[in-house]
Amino acid sequence: MTALIIIAVALGLLIIFVLFVIGIYNALIRLRNQVNNAWSQIDVQLKRRHDLIPNLVETAKGYMKHERGTFEAITKARSQAMGAKSVSEASKAEGALGEALSKFMLVVENYPDLKANQNFLAVQEELTGTENKISFSRQSYNDQVLFFNNKIQMFPSNIIANMFNFTKRDFFEIEVAAEREVPKVSFT
Amino acid sequence: MTMWELIRVNKRNSVLLLVAMAICLILLGFIIGLGFFGPEGGFFGLIIATAIWLILTAVSFSGGDQILLAASRAKLVTHDVHPQLFNVVEEMKIAAALPAMPKIYIINDPAPNAFATGRKPETASVAVTAGLLARLNRDELQGVIAHEMSHILHRDILFVTLAGIMLGSIVLLSQVFLRGMFYSSMSGRGRRTSSGGKGGGQAQLVLMIIAIVAAILAPIMAYLLYFALSRRREYLADAGAARLTRYPEGLASALEKIANDRSPQLASVNKVTAPMYIANPFKKKKGMKLSDLTSTHPPISERIRILRNMTHGASFKDYSDSFSAVTKTKTVVPPTALTKEDIALRQAGAETGKKERLETQMRQVGDIMRRVNQFVFLTCLCGLKLKIPPNYKADKVKCPRCKRTLDLPKK
Repeated sequence: MTALIIIAVALGLLIIFVLFVIGIYNALIRLRNQVNNAWSQIDVQLKRRHDLIPNLVETAKGYMKHERGTFEAITKARSQAMGAKSVSEASKAEGALGEALSKFMLVVENYPDLKANQNFLAVQEELTGTENKISFSRQSYNDQVLFFNNKIQMFPSNIIANMFNFTKRDFFEIEVAAEREVPKVSFT
Repeated sequence: MTMWELIRVNKRNSVLLLVAMAICLILLGFIIGLGFFGPEGGFFGLIIATAIWLILTAVSFSGGDQILLAASRAKLVTHDVHPQLFNVVEEMKIAAALPAMPKIYIINDPAPNAFATGRKPETASVAVTAGLLARLNRDELQGVIAHEMSHILHRDILFVTLAGIMLGSIVLLSQVFLRGMFYSSMSGRGRRTSSGGKGGGQAQLVLMIIAIVAAILAPIMAYLLYFALSRRREYLADAGAARLTRYPEGLASALEKIANDRSPQLASVNKVTAPMYIANPFKKKKGMKLSDLTSTHPPISERIRILRNMTHGASFKDYSDSFSAVTKTKTVVPPTALTKEDIALRQAGAETGKKERLETQMRQVGDIMRRVNQFVFLTCLCGLKLKIPPNYKADKVKCPRCKRTLDLPKK
């Protein structure tokens, strides 16, 4: 009789333990999928940025005849970003492209005719939107990575994470130092 | 992470509140039953209360958000109608990691306001007025949309719907009872009192008085509870907006513009839909101090001051610190959501001030609505902007100023 009770209790505990492990395992999988999804969001927006640049250059060219250097810098940065193979290479190239674009936007300030052009305003809005989407998807990706990394390092989920080989993910950092710096203002 | 922690705490609080209100409703039904039908009537009252609740739930769940959108005369729009609005919503959708893009509606109204609806994040909608679009710059619009996204993310709409149903049931039940009492006392003594003995009549009278008091007090208590929680949710959505955009100033200056607006009150709004909006759609009457208790929204000046006081970062912790410093009370953010997060503020976007005169803004309101209604816009070589209605069938149009003939774009 007592043996039967002991077996029943042991069986019950085992079932609870298995359910517990399954729960944590599923949570880890869900988090990892969220991280992957956030990463693909960044990718989508970067592609969109590449697609918009020819449009932007085409619209602005007629107005900005004396700014060939700026256009060349953008086109070059774009083709480098599109040709990037690894993640670190990509983030470096995208950083350079972002820099070239913000320089271009500064130059645009000198061309009031261009700033009043409806087509240019439309492209500019799309570009601003895409730049924001890139930074927000990076923000959301880093949030998800933080959450995921916390989960696989904290007890008790770390045991299950180790059992099934869940590994820490890297944050998507900005590679270009200039983008991190606060713009300097000089009064000369 | 704190955002998910907050959602979890919100869910728990909603369940607690709903259970409390449900108990309140059942008790009210029981007491009213006792008071109206005599000692055996308690269960009858209970059944009536439950029936009212079930019917209201069925109605609002079978298309509550559609009713709301239709009632506010909102129109579904695509990317082409207002690209900036569309982009800003998509930005915030990405930042909040929502599973699907919310539907976007524009309301034909010059009063600046916005609301979100949809009980699940998958089926959410965001509606803004044309007046809001005409007044706000990109950063401010982003702040407003982020506030609405936070409502969606925190499941506030589900909460407001459920709590609203409960509140509606309680109010309806007490109204029915009080009216019933009034008419039955008008038509003289009924069968109920004459059938009982003398002692039974006395007890019945006491029950009746208790029921009347309950029927008067219960809706008031439910209202106050509902409003207090609704105000709290507004603060939390502000905190969420600051966290999503990393730029509290955007929402602060949008709220300032909304508060200082002089255009007439939003046309299609009532007390039930009011908590959905970003700012209280009812214009303040002068010298009302009680309105602070019965308002669905916190005072707008206080919300602005809290947002402007966030100088160290954009996390929930920073909002909570700023909240305590401004209001001198303890925080609205659940303590479990207050882990340390290092979130830096960002700088203002490229587009700066949008300081246009009132007539220009009103013209923009008109333009936005024409675009919503599928007008075609055409700029003539002489600079005149032609606005062609959708029922204009010819493929050429003459410019009224310079008499050039212009081709209409093919549809």
